[in-house]
Amino acid sequence: MGITSSKQLLEMHKECKATFEKYPKKVIVCCGTGCIANGARKIVEAFQAALAERKIKDFSIEAVKETGCHGFCEQGPLVVIEPHGTFYTHVKPKDVEAIVEKSIAGGEVIEPLLYTNPVTGNKVERYQDVSFFTHQHRIALRNLGKIAAHDIRDYIAVGGYQGLAKVLTSMTPDQVIDLIADSGLRGRGGGGFPAGKKWRTCRNVESDVRYVICNGDEGDPGAFMDRSMMEGDPHSVLEGMMIAAFAVGAKNGYIYVREEYPLAVIHLQKAIQDCEKHGLLGDNILGTNFSFRIRINRGAGAFVCGESSALMRSVAGEVGEPRAKYIHSVIKGLWDKPTVLNNVETYANVPIIAMNGPEWFKSIGVKNNSGTKVFSLVGKVRNTGLIEVAMGTTLREIIYDIGGGMLDGRPFKAVQTGGPSGGCLPAPQLDLPVDFDSLTAVGSMMGSGGMIVMDDKTCMVDVARYFLHFLVSESCGKCVPCREGLYQLHELTERVCTGEATEADLEKMEKLSEVVITASLCGLGKSGPNPLMSTIKYFRDEYLTHIREKRCPAAVCKKLITYTVIEEKCTGCMACITACAYNAITGERKKPHFIHQEKCEKCGACVAVCKPDAILVE
Amino acid sequence: MKPVTLTINGKLVRATQGEYLLGVLRREKIDIPALCHHEAVEPYGGCRLCTIEVTKPEWDGWKDYVTSCLYPAADGLIIQTDSPQVIEIRRTILDLYLARCPEAKLVQDLAAKYGVMKTSYQTVPEPNDCILCSICTRICDTMGFKAISTVNRGHGKEVAPPLDQPPDACVGCLACALNCPTNYIKWKDVGGTREIWGKKFELIRCEQTGQPTITREFADYLIANRNINADYFKIKDSAHRTETSLGLGKIAQWTREEVK
Repeated sequence: MGITSSKQLLEMHKECKATFEKYPKKVIVCCGTGCIANGARKIVEAFQAALAERKIKDFSIEAVKETGCHGFCEQGPLVVIEPHGTFYTHVKPKDVEAIVEKSIAGGEVIEPLLYTNPVTGNKVERYQDVSFFTHQHRIALRNLGKIAAHDIRDYIAVGGYQGLAKVLTSMTPDQVIDLIADSGLRGRGGGGFPAGKKWRTCRNVESDVRYVICNGDEGDPGAFMDRSMMEGDPHSVLEGMMIAAFAVGAKNGYIYVREEYPLAVIHLQKAIQDCEKHGLLGDNILGTNFSFRIRINRGAGAFVCGESSALMRSVAGEVGEPRAKYIHSVIKGLWDKPTVLNNVETYANVPIIAMNGPEWFKSIGVKNNSGTKVFSLVGKVRNTGLIEVAMGTTLREIIYDIGGGMLDGRPFKAVQTGGPSGGCLPAPQLDLPVDFDSLTAVGSMMGSGGMIVMDDKTCMVDVARYFLHFLVSESCGKCVPCREGLYQLHELTERVCTGEATEADLEKMEKLSEVVITASLCGLGKSGPNPLMSTIKYFRDEYLTHIREKRCPAAVCKKLITYTVIEEKCTGCMACITACAYNAITGERKKPHFIHQEKCEKCGACVAVCKPDAILVE
Repeated sequence: MKPVTLTINGKLVRATQGEYLLGVLRREKIDIPALCHHEAVEPYGGCRLCTIEVTKPEWDGWKDYVTSCLYPAADGLIIQTDSPQVIEIRRTILDLYLARCPEAKLVQDLAAKYGVMKTSYQTVPEPNDCILCSICTRICDTMGFKAISTVNRGHGKEVAPPLDQPPDACVGCLACALNCPTNYIKWKDVGGTREIWGKKFELIRCEQTGQPTITREFADYLIANRNINADYFKIKDSAHRTETSLGLGKIAQWTREEVK
């Protein structure tokens, strides 16, 4: 039976909350894609099996929750025992029996399963005390790792759809827009356009039909922010969309999500069905005049379809190519109707802003950049994963406090923010506050929130080459500066990597980059040369070393490096000889080996197996 | 239709609000290059050669570089069509084009006009004459067939029928090939058959001259959708003209006889 008034919703909230809090203890098994890949489903099954036989006072299988991603995927599968917050990492199905016996029934802590702080080497008992989590500020990710992602009752139990109820019963659309505008919420997809302003423009365009779209086409390599939110807390996204639809006057909404995110699609579908069943989607929602429906569109995985106009063409069934946006899509968007398109994270922020008010939201973050931002922190840091921090947190805090510092204690070299078309920032920028404007000012960007940390073993030219290669193949190919310009930039960068480039080429790259930025049609081309421009800006010396000395200081560019045996160090163990797939190493036992340069393919297999570190790469 | 006033290269020009600037500029006899523009189809914004510089007094000196084929006219716009920056953009684009289509005469001539005689970049591994202007696919779309489209992404983009198979939707009208600015789309008419996009068509033969005319499929399309009499396609156009002139001859004769 559907919910037909906000009063009924409140009653249901009380009922769900009672069920949610029925047992004093709760077991939380992270079932995000990362943990599932590591065997989280088997752990849930093991809990079911263990609890089927054994009766524990004040505990039952219902209190075992399959939640969304905690963000700490590299430590997965994760199991948390609430309310104490005992935090177990790398849990295997065989550990489950011990957890049931000792931790749940007995209240003990199982030492070997605890997380080890990589900096101090100490074991950490509670979730709240893990440095990866303590420095975070979770708003968009508020429900991840707390509620069962596929259960609408859990979402309602933690106050879900109360924001919608408040908006529908006590506010006018214009008041909602004012509220979002006041809160200073900016689009989390990368551009940082004020959401309230966007909604107001859409509402003020004269039209019979308007649309609301959620952009879940997350395409940056290594980014999984939107994915985790759609998988772990789909209802927040739906609620955000509903509030937006009410504000702008839309009756239909679309969620554009990648086909490669099967779990996100399943959970969103389930969430939409549950909402329809409970009357939260459909006609006359909560007994008001507001009617709204949501459909899911699955994208085939083109990076460019994350661009709004290309996305809309793709939803309409055409080739995913952007169009010129001299007339904005908020005025003429999907099927030429006014359309509000926001990112998953933006929508996830909306319900809680509606509940807590704009002042609360503005109190988090910094001026003109209120709230938080989710990042996927990856690369050469000790703790990698999904994090959410208040705007204005410095790169240093993110990398050293949350990330636990550089992996293997190597020196920090650069951090790449903003995905493939973002930029690389060097050590002097470490104290830069992370917000939309500061990042743009130094030649990088917020993007959707990728953050890749690099150490001294990373060659910046190679990094630029890698991202350009990605963009060359992901450009839609419609306009010349992007299609041909990025291709030529990639070719020129390749020449730097092989030592064929001249200093004139470097100038040519800079000049061409400027034209690509000015003349390209859409954001992909306009930001495409960013990785190149920012590395030339901050690491020009490294480019010049490649060009003048034909040398790669980080020992990455294959054409410019050689592998040789340091005779004094070599113990003659023959491990490298066995490892070399190209038969490029010869030598006898207990005598220094020799690498034949003409055969060496520079794959690095010998370095990986050499215990005494006797192979020199330079 | 609200009239607006623009300043183009220092001269005041009247236009209609919302009309695309390329039309205004060409009306003013200003030479703006464009390789993807075609009057029969919606503007595309692909070649970027028609890029111009626009600004407004209230923009505080900020200038934007926009494609005139898609930028709507608005009151107070100040336009520069050949500032050094604009020329630099056009030169670079033509330079890039030459690396992809070194043999295309259209590109060579336009590039030469801008002083680019030879590309300064690496010629692509498999150059061809397709400038990816998409005029062919847009004309096919506008005709309502959608038999061909651009396929693949990025530097591997090309024009092709779906799955590279002879397209079901193609009627052999040749609108794509005859409008291709570089004559890259290949087709042939041999002994009463036509071949294009790997698909073979039988041509209708003129009942009077026996010569092949258009494809059966195209004739059927025109009869069904463009309200053309089915008998029209039984003879070819030149035979129509012969018939008409013979008819006119007769009319002239009758008229003379009546005058007499």
